[in-house]
Amino acid sequence: MTAIPQSGTYINFFEVKRGFMSWLVTADHKRIALLYFYAIMGFFIVAFGLGLVMRLELIAPGATILDPQTYNEVFTLHGVIMIFLFIIPGIPAIFGNFALPMLIGAPDVAFPKLNLISWYLYVLGGLLALSTLLFGDGPADTGWTFYAPYSVKTGTNVTVAVLAAFVLGFSSILTGLNFIVTMHQMRAPGMTWFKMPLFPWALYATAWIQVLATPIIGITLLMIVAERTLGLGLFDPALGGDPVLYQHLFWIYSHPAVYIMALPAMGIVSETIPVFVKKSIFGYKVIVYSSLAIAFIGYFVWGHHMFTSGMSGPARVIFSVLTFLVAIPSAIKVFNWVATLYKGAIDIKVPLLYALAFIFQFAIGGLTGLVVGALATDIHVHDTYFVVGHFHYVMFGGTGFAFFGALHFYYPKIWGRMYNLKWANIAFVIFFIGFNLVYFPMLVLGMMGMPRRYYDYLPEFTLPNLISTIGSWVLAIGLVIMLVNLINGRKGPKASTNPWQSVTLDWTHTQSPPTLYNFDETPQVERGPYDYRNYEQYLKEHNKN
Amino acid sequence: MSDTQNTHVTGYRFSILIWVDLLILTLLTIEVAQFDFQSLTVIVALVIATIKSYLVGTHFMHLKFENKFLKAVVIGVGVLFLAVLIVLFSDYLFY
Amino acid sequence: MTSTTLSHDVHPVHFDAYGKKLGMWIFLFTEVLLFGGLFLVYAAYRFLNHDAFHEGSAELNVVVGAINPVVLLTSRLTVAMSITALQRGDSKRAINLIMWTLILAGTFMFNKYYEWYTKWEHGLFPGMDHYKELPAGKAQFFNLYFFMTGLHAIHIIIGSILLMVIAFYIKKGTINQQRYTYLENGGLYWHLVDVIWIYLFPLFYLII
Ligand code: HEM
Ligand SMILES: [Cu+2]
Repeated sequence: MTAIPQSGTYINFFEVKRGFMSWLVTADHKRIALLYFYAIMGFFIVAFGLGLVMRLELIAPGATILDPQTYNEVFTLHGVIMIFLFIIPGIPAIFGNFALPMLIGAPDVAFPKLNLISWYLYVLGGLLALSTLLFGDGPADTGWTFYAPYSVKTGTNVTVAVLAAFVLGFSSILTGLNFIVTMHQMRAPGMTWFKMPLFPWALYATAWIQVLATPIIGITLLMIVAERTLGLGLFDPALGGDPVLYQHLFWIYSHPAVYIMALPAMGIVSETIPVFVKKSIFGYKVIVYSSLAIAFIGYFVWGHHMFTSGMSGPARVIFSVLTFLVAIPSAIKVFNWVATLYKGAIDIKVPLLYALAFIFQFAIGGLTGLVVGALATDIHVHDTYFVVGHFHYVMFGGTGFAFFGALHFYYPKIWGRMYNLKWANIAFVIFFIGFNLVYFPMLVLGMMGMPRRYYDYLPEFTLPNLISTIGSWVLAIGLVIMLVNLINGRKGPKASTNPWQSVTLDWTHTQSPPTLYNFDETPQVERGPYDYRNYEQYLKEHNKN
Repeated sequence: MSDTQNTHVTGYRFSILIWVDLLILTLLTIEVAQFDFQSLTVIVALVIATIKSYLVGTHFMHLKFENKFLKAVVIGVGVLFLAVLIVLFSDYLFY
Repeated sequence: MTSTTLSHDVHPVHFDAYGKKLGMWIFLFTEVLLFGGLFLVYAAYRFLNHDAFHEGSAELNVVVGAINPVVLLTSRLTVAMSITALQRGDSKRAINLIMWTLILAGTFMFNKYYEWYTKWEHGLFPGMDHYKELPAGKAQFFNLYFFMTGLHAIHIIIGSILLMVIAFYIKKGTINQQRYTYLENGGLYWHLVDVIWIYLFPLFYLII
């Protein structure tokens, strides 16, 4: 069943067809993953640059390089790109697309063409978002939340920005739909639901959120468009509308969206840790159930973003309580990962470092989340830099780090080459230090009372802001080293098909880079996904090469 | 995975029967709306609408012959929507 | 590029009828929640503007409004029957029944047009002066009325195009007695669009 293919018949997916066009019309999940990769990295770098610009503006009180209006546009564009174009699609569209079929022993996703359509929608949405820079009164200045009534009144290009988010939502829905059907219909023989690895499980929970939550923001954004273009004052209090309802609808999607960002990252972490500990994951089923629980409870906590918006008292209490409930399954996962490390043969390689950084930073993000989730304390820190620090710890310190961890993890599988491990470690250390230098001071600033979304601040906030800005340069240096190292790795030494000695199908039963339909024969699954008993023996029998 | 093309064929007659049922229910909705049940009017209308959707779902949309999973998810989506509605109204009701 | 003799061009994924149907259902869920968002808005605004919604509803024409659910209801019967016809191998009849569905969809749209047109004649159309002067609450009723029925009408158009494409492929023979999933999926979409109307109708026309 795992016969080594005869020499000459092995064609990796890069070489099956060549030329630019062959990529633009491909239906191969791995190629689509790479198309996403280049597009998403491009947008990430743009938005990262905008982040650096904001930090530079905030290096000292007073106007430094931006006027207030430009600053507003910059943080809005930064937020929109980072959220809708980087962090939400990032892990599912790149690493999910690449690895999911292989992890479950399938030749592709269920609807390969639909997969390509999702990519085109993604690109269209991205271009729409960038196009707001080019015409009219400039990009939206509302913040990425597009709160009514300001988003209805401002003259900036809100309509196009909102339509961009709508199109991107569609793309996200189609990816989710595709993944659900893939997991239902295409698991290899013998792979029962509970033999499925945890990254697919995380994607499964995520996909349901994508499918069930995204339409709500879709329609909400259309209502903004209708109000701006057709004059239907749907959120106009003078007509009997309610602007706070906009906030409700927005967060009915956007809080679950936080889990669209977090769950795949958690899946990556669950996938990497056992590989570098050579030990089965602690509490596999608990992790599965906690993913599903997060997806479900996460639907009912949206109101914690609106504690100061004038909701009714009981509503505020209910949302605060529910928020504390949703923290439990996340905390359970942290416990499971740490317990997996316990007494394991820990092999500190760079993907594990990112996973550990995820745990550390996600924990800070989660704990500060309790501060903003608790009704009483949130009143004090709402709309301050504490919130900015909190969500960057979750999204960037958590998901962002998992993203780069996944990139280092799957790199040899994708390109069949290995980057320089030493430089990868150095880049990690700088990136890690830089990250914490940027965002920890923000938590302090928030406690001191510095509000968010201003280009200026009072003199007493100068020192932490200075530290944060210097940190942003460290962070940028770390990113540059990481990327240069990864680009150079393309010419690095050939990687073996299973350099990390993993026992999941994506590593044991495929070539590096994989062939067009991944497997020569449909694999038969007998073992659990993280069964590391006698793994050396098992790999000897099963590894390609 | 085995090909599970749904082989159940609904007869013409049966479809027409369901159509008649739905027609009667539609007329009933209109009829009932003439009475003033005060705040109950909407509830009555929505109950009838839900009975109609149930008929459409089970027979025209073939849910009756689908597997348990699909049925469960359809119900799940309905419950999810209701739950969101209720949680949303924790704001409006107590305002 | 070592060899092109490999059968790499033939996709190994075979036709998975259930998978396609599952995919369609998941898509329907997104449609349900798309309108679901609007029903949330309707519920909230009705709660806030109780009496105004009653007044607004009284201004809609129940008779014209009542024709549409019956038309749609009948169109769903023809769709269901066309699936039966195809399953029995009678593709000609299946196409015929789809044509009937499209005619009924056209009737629905015409009726809708007539209804909106009379509103327009009374100046009660978004953007017109009379519309802008609507009092609070009632204005919201009509905002939602136009937005929701408008979005629904767009869905009728999309569904009709879908059915036309399907009829075309039935004619070509790609969709046939063995492989009728696409017709079934088209039917599912059509039924769902109608289910939405089942709720829209009483909520807008019958709140007397
Ligand atoms: C994964 C990476 C990141 C994500 C997902 C992200 C996301 C966001 C979001 C959603 C906002 C809120 C925008 C708004 O208020 O409407 C924001 C604000 C901000 N971001 Fe980021 N960001 C990321 C990386 C960065 C980086 C690399 C920097 C700087 C080097 C940065 C600096 C800032 C600053 C300073 C603000 C606050 C603007 C203000 O409130 O005045 N972010 N970010
Ligand atoms: Cu939240």
